[in-house]
Amino acid sequence: MVAIAHREAPPRRPGRPAPGLVMAGLALLLAVAAGVGLFQGAAETSVRAALWGEGASLRDHVIVWDIRLPRLVLGALVGAALAVSGALMQGLFRNPLADPGLVGVGAGAGLGAVLAIVLGGLLPPAVLAVAGVWTVPLAAFAGGWITTLVLYRVATRGGRTSMATMLLAGIAIAALAGALTGVMIYLADDRQLRDLTFWGLGSLAGANWAKVQAGAPLMLAVLLAAPVLARGLNGLALGEAAAHHMGIPVERVKSATILLVAAATGAAVAVSGGIGFVGIVVPHLLRLVMGPDHRGLLPAAALLGAAVLILADTLARILVAPAELPIGIVTAVLGAPVFLWILLRRRALLEV
Amino acid sequence: MLTATDIHLSLGGRPVLNGVDFTARPGQITAIVGPNGSGKTTLLRALTGELRPRGAITLDGQDCARLPPAEMAARRAVLPQAGAVAFPFTLREVVQMGLSAGLSAARPEVVGQALRAVDLAAHADRLFQELSGGEQARGHLARALAQVWEPVVAGVPRWLFLDEPVASLDIGHQLQVMALMADYAARGGGVIAVMHDLNLTAMFAAQITLLNRGRVEAAGPPGAVLADRPLSRAYGTALRVNVTPPPGHVFVLPQTAAAV
Repeated sequence: MVAIAHREAPPRRPGRPAPGLVMAGLALLLAVAAGVGLFQGAAETSVRAALWGEGASLRDHVIVWDIRLPRLVLGALVGAALAVSGALMQGLFRNPLADPGLVGVGAGAGLGAVLAIVLGGLLPPAVLAVAGVWTVPLAAFAGGWITTLVLYRVATRGGRTSMATMLLAGIAIAALAGALTGVMIYLADDRQLRDLTFWGLGSLAGANWAKVQAGAPLMLAVLLAAPVLARGLNGLALGEAAAHHMGIPVERVKSATILLVAAATGAAVAVSGGIGFVGIVVPHLLRLVMGPDHRGLLPAAALLGAAVLILADTLARILVAPAELPIGIVTAVLGAPVFLWILLRRRALLEV
Repeated sequence: MLTATDIHLSLGGRPVLNGVDFTARPGQITAIVGPNGSGKTTLLRALTGELRPRGAITLDGQDCARLPPAEMAARRAVLPQAGAVAFPFTLREVVQMGLSAGLSAARPEVVGQALRAVDLAAHADRLFQELSGGEQARGHLARALAQVWEPVVAGVPRWLFLDEPVASLDIGHQLQVMALMADYAARGGGVIAVMHDLNLTAMFAAQITLLNRGRVEAAGPPGAVLADRPLSRAYGTALRVNVTPPPGHVFVLPQTAAAV
């Protein structure tokens, strides 16, 4: 008897969990990640005593309040900013593989940051006084913004984005930014070289409240503003013409998205160097679980991005304790296979 | 009423529309026909505001170029020729997007009604990307329909702009969609459709504009436009229009004769 292979009825969408449930779960995950991040570390510390001030030693107090806590806050902000800017960029390019780190926006932002570190002293004192600690983040934002604008111009024609063009243009832009960054390093003096080296390590090591203060305003602004674009990005998924027909101010949505991507990437790069793959993996996982609707996706990406980066940072700190891995290595090891998996599943995307 | 006067438009330096006049009234289907490359889709894209041509286009007395996108979206919905959807949205979510762009946004039941109207109610929770070509075309039609669900609001007609709404459909669904368009028009809405199938056009359209190389070859009711001379000139081939006799009359086609 031969089994007859008949085509099965097309699968119905298995009930996606309610967005509220997903958010609650992600918030819980973030809380757990924060707890683990706070309690795990190279130094034996009485965290509880330090937090609640019950006769903790000065050493414990410093470890918790001046080392682990700012690192935790910075990690959460950077993770949220990277994941949200990935989701925004994927919405803008209508492609799940777009990520600021991969297509040169991170490199452009990095060039901006390096320019600010090396040439910042040449700025008029009045400008420096106003920009203050935000000089490097703002310069990174400007670098990321210019890169994204160039990239969109090159890769998108008549509302359609060629994935191949975008990735190749990203390689060219990253190479150019890398070369100019090299020139800056050549020009830098000893003190600036030290700054550049620490910054270029691409990790959350050396997080302090000053860095949080420098990066937080831009990142928080993006996290709060992104959901406003959700409906516009949903419409863009049907194509620019269809979005226009549905009353969406397409050009405004695109410009605002580019600005937000550049701001979040710039601020994240400025305080933590280049951390890859969070922007691809987090939105992709969320689309699998809760669907692609940006109204839920953007806030959820912020929560999951924060949790993922805190956990990755905790791993980076404890795997080779008392030394630590650069966090970029951890996210790449976890993220690159996921990226390849998406690529294999959706090979047709590249043949645009 | 939609009026376009003396429309000129070039794409990539090549003139596509040369002084086209076009009128459509609510309450009936107005079809745009013509050979490939005659400017049908370009005319429709100009009428929807997607392209900005030279000439004047007014929708119920208002200059289309001055209406903001949200206002236009409340007045008319557009079905493009083909529309790939990025990201795994379900059919229901896509139709929901159309609904939220129009005036019936507060009535969630419209999504199901629009899907029933295009015979896709059973597929609401499938991923749009996994639907067949014909199902996707009907899914987009449901989205457009949901956007302007009520054909008349406060005495002002809503409009459907459809680019080849039946091109990828089987004959059963072709007739179903044409009937749906006729029903929308009968309830007071305006329907403008780019069509390839001249037989379906003759069956359902009240007014036809025949384009030929960016100009209007003929415009008017089917009897006047679908005639031997204009059709032969536009399509560049000798065409003959036929009429079947009234019911009950037997007739014989001599073309069917073969040597015995």
